[in-house]
Order: sequence, then structure tokens, then C-alpha cells
Amino acid sequence: MLTGIKRVARAGFIGFWRNAYVSLASVFVICVALFVIGSTMFIDQLLTVSLKNLQAKVDINVYFVPNAQQTEIDAIRNAVAALPDVSSVTYTSREEALAIYRDRNKNDEIAMQALAELDDNPLGANLAIQANQTSQYESIARYLEEKRDQASAQNPVIDDVNYNQNREAIDTLTKIIATVEQASLVVMLVLILAAIMITFNTIRLAIYTAREEISIMRLVGASNMFIRGPFMLQGAMYGIIAGIIALLIFYPAMVWLGPHTESFFEFNLYNYFISNFTYIFGILLGSGIVLGLISSILAVARYLRT
Amino acid sequence: MIYFDNVSKLYNDGRSAALQEVTFQVDPKEFVSIVGHSGAGKTTLLKMIIAEDKPSHGQVFFESLDIHQIPRGKLPRYRRKIGTVFQDFKLLPNKTAYENIAFAMEANGRTDEEILENVPQALALVDLDDKAWNFPNELSGGEKQRVAIARAIVNQPDIIVADEPTGNLDPIATYEVVQILRKINDLGTTVIMTTHNKGVIDELGRRVITMDEGRVVRDDANGKYIL
Repeated sequence: MLTGIKRVARAGFIGFWRNAYVSLASVFVICVALFVIGSTMFIDQLLTVSLKNLQAKVDINVYFVPNAQQTEIDAIRNAVAALPDVSSVTYTSREEALAIYRDRNKNDEIAMQALAELDDNPLGANLAIQANQTSQYESIARYLEEKRDQASAQNPVIDDVNYNQNREAIDTLTKIIATVEQASLVVMLVLILAAIMITFNTIRLAIYTAREEISIMRLVGASNMFIRGPFMLQGAMYGIIAGIIALLIFYPAMVWLGPHTESFFEFNLYNYFISNFTYIFGILLGSGIVLGLISSILAVARYLRT
Repeated sequence: MIYFDNVSKLYNDGRSAALQEVTFQVDPKEFVSIVGHSGAGKTTLLKMIIAEDKPSHGQVFFESLDIHQIPRGKLPRYRRKIGTVFQDFKLLPNKTAYENIAFAMEANGRTDEEILENVPQALALVDLDDKAWNFPNELSGGEKQRVAIARAIVNQPDIIVADEPTGNLDPIATYEVVQILRKINDLGTTVIMTTHNKGVIDELGRRVITMDEGRVVRDDANGKYIL
């Protein structure tokens, strides 16, 4: 058994070395396939993060009337925060709202004069509410509007819920996000499938050149496993080498892309690459080995069947 | 040792036949030559022995074993009992002469010590000690065939099956190969060989089976090449 493994290993290494051109071609093709798989991973990550960033910018604002009681405001704030669809609630008090207004309009003299004319702070407190998913905003808005309608006409608490103004933008964004996610999934699947098919066919061609050898091995009484073993080892070696080369190409690409993605997507791909290096290394190397191994097994099986 | 019992082989169209009702027996330590025109069925006959081809009717026995009843998984084990030599040598092109011979032993599950001992002996028997580390494309036709013979005998098979072993060789190489086969036979191994070469048959003076259109037409104990 041990001798068998040793012989298969030696034959695999010698075969890899003596068929250098065929090995090189196979490594190259698996490398391309891994590049597609890796790029897919990175693009997926970029999409996910940028969608998350976009989603974080969507919210519903609830404006309270200026003279609303703090207890009533707190009651609504706690009730909203308890909703399962709500991910976060940010409270801005009247004073804070005024400070933000002043800061934002500090160069607008008319606005500042108008503010000075008033005795009291004209602004009410407000809540900025974020949902877990954009599709959930509608039900949150409906809930808030019910709250507003429940309050008595003489003593209103909620002045306005701005969902209806933002509604179209939110709906469109929801649709875009859903479509982009589906489309990217399909494109990635097609690309990965194509990469796998190309790899499989290249290795099949590589082993086609060895079909005469396989028939000779059978004639001298080699068992199927003894014939298959070296080809399997070679397939795995193609995968390992291709995985390492793909990583070596990805590294400088990430160094270059990192700042660009940082400014455009607010996400540094290079930092992601470095902090998830073991995971990415494992995926690329693992996919390479599986691709090479399975392609080899399937290709040799053809000539061992009869 | 080998027994063909009323063997016929029909092609897929069901009418033309490669072999028709062939019956003969080969005893241990015999040297049998099979002669005949191209298409007479000589190669089909040998393919039946190494289980590369199946009869349409009849049976082929190796000792008491019906060759075509051997399960596929056990075929490698069966083939190790037979050494094969072909007109086109069938050497592994990416292995040296030494490695080609060693491969047959490795496939047979022999130990490294046995390989180290037996491969040089086999190379010496075919007088190729000095070409052990050459690749097949660096060897002449006669040398390639001698490597193939060394590979065929290195596992000490019960029988050597040679299909036109001299078909691609010049007269001197042909003579050498036949001498080696004769030596192997003298050492106790059964040899079954197909050939076109009248000189080889007449020189050997052993049993000759003559085939024509898939049938055995002559079987002479001390045969001459008559067609």
C-alpha cells in the first residue's frame, strides 16, 4: 500500500515535469478559472458592501410637533424601537435640531435673522428610523401614520412622517437592489460554469494525448487505481500551482485597486483581501485542487472504461 | 495451457467474420507461430488471449479459466500472467527503457528490491544494459522491440504473446529478436507469435498454425511457411 502510494506520487511528479508544456497549459487555464472565481468573490463583496452603504442612507424621519411632551415622544420612540423590522432609531432633540439647523445655515443671513426674530425654538424633535430591509419601510411608515391618526386633533404629537415624500426613491432603490443581486448571481454562476467547462476540456485534451499510454499500462496489467493515481496527483498539482499564481496576481491588483474602491465604494478591497487572506487562500487553492482533481478523474475514466 | 474451443468472432454487421470456428490448443513450453495473410484473423486471435477482444461464439481458456468470464476488476491481475510484445512496441514514451520495464513490475506490486535486481537482468538478457536510461525515441526499432521483450518477460509470465514482433524491423534486428524469443522459450516460457516472415518460420522449425479467412487451415508440428 505504502509502496503503491510512493510509486504513484513519483510517477505523478515525473509526469508533471516531463510533460511540462501540457502541465503549463493546464496550470494556465485553471489559473484563469480561479481568477474568475476570485474576481467574482471580490465583486460580490463590493456589491454587498455598497448596497449596505446605500441602504444605510435610506431612513424614515418622524417630526414631532415643537410642543410635544417628552413622555409622549419617548413612548413612540420606544414603541418604534421595539418593532422587529427596525434596525436602529436615532433621536434628535429640539435643541440638537436647532444646532444642526444653525450650523447648516450659518452662511444664510436671512435664515439666521428669521431665527433671531423668533422667541422660541421653532423646530420639533425628530426620529430617524432605519429598517433591516428597504422593503420594510412601508409597514413602518403605516404604523407611524396610524399613531399620528390615533392622537387627538387638539393635542397632536407627530407633525409629519416623511415616508411618502421618499417613497418613490425608496421603492426604486429596493427594486434596483433586488435586480442587481439577482443579475450578479446569474452572471457569476455563468462565468464560474464557463471557467469550469474550459478547465475540464483542457485537462481532457491533455489526457487525450496520454490515451495510448493508458492503454499500454492496461496491457502490462496495471490496475485502474495505479493508472489513475498519477493523473490525479498531476491534476491536484495543477490546482495548487494555479492557486498560488492566482494569489500572486491578485495581491498587486488589490494594492492598486484598494484606494480606488475606497473612494468609490467606501470600501477598501485591499484591507478586505489582507484581513480575509486565509479564507481567500483556502477558497482559491481548494477550488483549484477540486477542479484539477475532478477534471483528471473524469478524463481518465473515459479510457479505463472498456 | 491455452485452449480455443470453437471460437467465432463476427463483426458488428453480423455477417463478415474475423474468426470462424477456430479450435486449437497450445501446450506449456511450446513455441507456436501463427501465419496468414493480412486480415486472416491472427491479431484477433491474440487479442482474445489478452482479453482485449471477446468471441461472438465459443470459449477461450487459460488453463481451466474461461478468459471472457473474468470480471473487469480482475483483468489486470490476469494480464500480469501474460507478457505482450507488439509490432509497434507500445513503450511508454515518457519513460526510459529502465522505467518502462520497471513500470510493469511496479504495476505487478513487486518490491523495490526485486525491481532493482530484475530490471538489469532483463536488460542484460536482451543485451541493452548500456541503453537503460535512454528514452524510446532515442532507440532504434530493434532496440525498442528488445525493451518491449524485456518488459514482457520481467514478471516471469507463463506465456509470451507476440503480435508481428519483427514486422517493423530490418533483417538483423529481426534475427536478434527471434533469437531472444527462442532463448526465452528454451528457459521454459510458452510463446505464441504471429508473423508474416517466411525466413523467421523456416529458421525456427517449430509448430506453425496457418490461418486463412478466419479459419485454421493447417497445423504442422514442424512447420514451414506455406501459403
